[in-house]
Amino acid sequence: MKVKVLFFASLREQLGTASEEIELPAGVGTVAALRGHLARRGGAWEGALAEKKNVRAALNQDMVKPAAAIRAGDEIAFFPPVTGG
Amino acid sequence: MKISVQREDFDSGLEQRNLYRHPGVGAVASFVGIVRDVGMTLEHYPGMTDSALRKIVDEAKGRWKVMDCTVIHRYGELAPHDQIVLVAVASAHRGDAFAACEFIMDYLKTQAPFWKKEHRPDGAAWVEARASDDDAAGRWEPPARKAS
Repeated sequence: MKVKVLFFASLREQLGTASEEIELPAGVGTVAALRGHLARRGGAWEGALAEKKNVRAALNQDMVKPAAAIRAGDEIAFFPPVTGG
Repeated sequence: MKISVQREDFDSGLEQRNLYRHPGVGAVASFVGIVRDVGMTLEHYPGMTDSALRKIVDEAKGRWKVMDCTVIHRYGELAPHDQIVLVAVASAHRGDAFAACEFIMDYLKTQAPFWKKEHRPDGAAWVEARASDDDAAGRWEPPARKAS
């Protein structure tokens, strides 16, 4: 299935990309699995998305937990903890 | 209710006075966040910011008697002493206005998708989230309904 992935702030800079459309292999069905899938690209991806890194996620513009299920056409965003206000 | 995510500055006095007109209002509590010493770039998640702020305000409305509310948050380039954010809450009495205003700010700090990059003398650096902000948001009772 195809999903849209967005990156913000320091994550966007580390990865050198703000967004991409990605075709997911079978078995990548949650936000956590997607993060793991991206981290396995290695290099900057592994460094920025490794499990020990404090990364938050939103699914279709809603903050979610890593276990949230993803479906074709979803928009998933990864970003560091927010610092507005 | 007015929610605005904008590049431009705002008139905090005018925004506050606009809330006086609501019938029954007896109190308006407001908070303005200011850029401290270092200029910054504020990034946000355009598709999500507005709805995240709306959800926080709705949550506040479920907890306190809020008659009207204005939240303005800027993004883009900001210099020292610039206004960053305004939260103004109108209610019949001060207790609800104070509490709702503080709640909205505390939740905004941990839930609204904004990120600050400071332009320090030794280079630009993303601001790290502070545990004290999570503590501030955590001292309010958890939401009645699940946020997700």
